Amino acid sequence: MREAVEKKVLSENDRLAAELRLRHREQDILCVNLISSPGSGKTALLERTLASFAPSRPVAVLTGDIQTDNDARRLARFGFPVRQIVTGGTCHLDARMIDRHLNELGFRGPGLLLIENVGNLVCPSSYDLGEAAKIVLLSVTEGEDKPLKYPGIFHRASLMILTKTDLLAHVEFNPDLAFENARKVHPEIESIALSSRTGDGFDHWLHWLNALQQKVQETAPAINS
Amino acid sequence: MHEIGIASSILECVEAEARRHPGAQITAVGVRIGELSNVDKDALDFAFDALTRDTPRQNLKLVVDWCPRRQKCLDCTEEFNVEELELSCPKCGSERSACIGGTELDIAYLELEESCAKP
Repeated sequence: MREAVEKKVLSENDRLAAELRLRHREQDILCVNLISSPGSGKTALLERTLASFAPSRPVAVLTGDIQTDNDARRLARFGFPVRQIVTGGTCHLDARMIDRHLNELGFRGPGLLLIENVGNLVCPSSYDLGEAAKIVLLSVTEGEDKPLKYPGIFHRASLMILTKTDLLAHVEFNPDLAFENARKVHPEIESIALSSRTGDGFDHWLHWLNALQQKVQETAPAINS
Repeated sequence: MHEIGIASSILECVEAEARRHPGAQITAVGVRIGELSNVDKDALDFAFDALTRDTPRQNLKLVVDWCPRRQKCLDCTEEFNVEELELSCPKCGSERSACIGGTELDIAYLELEESCAKP
């Protein structure tokens, strides 16, 4: 006898992620989820991003790694609340980890929640963390064909950031080809090229982030109406 | 790594369904997995075997329906499978299409057998 089930495999994660998303909307929190290979420059991007913010801006950071709290220590220097999620072997963050650490951090909106996922282009793409946008980073020291090799994450990301553009003079990397490959997988993906070291292109990124935060706050639901 | 988590979520769902069907033997679980879900077939089979071996579920069969990426043309509404990342519409040539399949990660069904005659 065949019995239909029709359930998402990750339904428990999806349920919790939907709860987080609702909570973020109620509290006017913009949550973004940064995903890339190890060493593509997620932490460097966050360092320069935090350095550019006014100290009074309500911002919190959750950073995931398999081991060490090195990234949290790097990011805590900017004075914003930061929490390291040590997954102890798990190759991605899931909604339960975000829920727990967010509660422990005691962060309440309105504000900006930046999540740095574990360095991995595969598994993090399946786990919804309740974010408003997934952002995928690709550095110029990788291959232009990464979007073709890892279509799942490029398909789900709203924005692709090409990082380490200060190294373009020293490596054979064609940015146009990389963006074109990303659009083959996901025609609507937005794109920004920048260097977290020199700051080149950084205004574009900050503008994108601020515009999204403004949009999220403008469309926040009038919960009790 | 990832496939262990997927396999264990599938088994959690099987256990939850099993509680709703006491007395029935679950012989197979059918899942749908899209090509954009980043699930590797061999790794999933390996994880599923490893998690069920020497447990009451060791005879449970995992049946996977692998789903291709599908797009729907925004101009002529043609629906088509994507091969080699060719996203333009095979019917009208339009470059504008929306993804309508390939991200599946669903439990579709269970195969049940009544394990004993009812008293």
